[in-house]
Amino acid sequence: MFRLTRRYRFAASHRLHAPRLSEEENRRIYGKCNHPYGHGHNYEVEVSARGPLDERTGCTANVRDLDGLVERQVLAAFADRNLNAEVAAFGGAVVPTSENLGLEICRRLKDHWHETFPGAWPKLEKIRIAETARNIFEIEADEIK
Amino acid sequence: MIITRKVEFSASHVCRVEGFSEEENRRQFGTAANQHGHGHNYVLEVSLEGQPDPVTGMVMDLKELKEILNRQVVDLYDHRFLNYEVPPFDRLVPTTENIARDIWQRLEPHLTGSGRCLHAVRVYETPDLYVDYFGEQPCSA
Repeated sequence: MFRLTRRYRFAASHRLHAPRLSEEENRRIYGKCNHPYGHGHNYEVEVSARGPLDERTGCTANVRDLDGLVERQVLAAFADRNLNAEVAAFGGAVVPTSENLGLEICRRLKDHWHETFPGAWPKLEKIRIAETARNIFEIEADEIK
Repeated sequence: MIITRKVEFSASHVCRVEGFSEEENRRQFGTAANQHGHGHNYVLEVSLEGQPDPVTGMVMDLKELKEILNRQVVDLYDHRFLNYEVPPFDRLVPTTENIARDIWQRLEPHLTGSGRCLHAVRVYETPDLYVDYFGEQPCSA
């Protein structure tokens, strides 16, 4: 079994603010991430696909097809955006932490995976998102219901 | 536990399937199908699973591992055109997957034994594209 991983980058801004909590609680919990006008990160996302080899081509997944899927479902929606203001998933009670951003990315890829990869293989295995070089979050596709 | 050793090699390749039309090769491999080939600075990470020897405290002597990686992989792959100079890529497309599996097959007989086994071979074609291969059988050390 092979696991092919491709890395993508995008920059976006966000503000961590939970509408169910008071202003004071938000400041206490999120600190500088709660500053009123938000801030940004250079996110790095790794997308991993798992599967056997197509023995003819020597490939687990067509990388160009994977790039197209990620471009449509992730980069077009998030790159150079304000996540709170421009991504519907973060318009309400869901705070755009990297945990929730990773779940949203994984969900989008899982929901649209079979449009790009209609066969039994490759499968989406996991995504890994780095908010900064020091903060890294990994989500298995099986965690998404 | 798992221990990992990293080495680099540079090589050129071209990715084309002989029976494919030009269009099919483009669709599968993009610019990697360009006739005259191109090169990468490959990074190889080899991971062993095992327990440290109670006397030496080592899963494997890393000097020995380094020598095996050099002898079995780097000496053969480095500064070569894989399709023309490194079998089995005269008949297999030198994709990152096929390179990872070939390296596994070259290394496995030299690394498995005495309380350890080869756990994974990771090959980076670029920092943004890499493949992990775990062999056909699950590791049982």
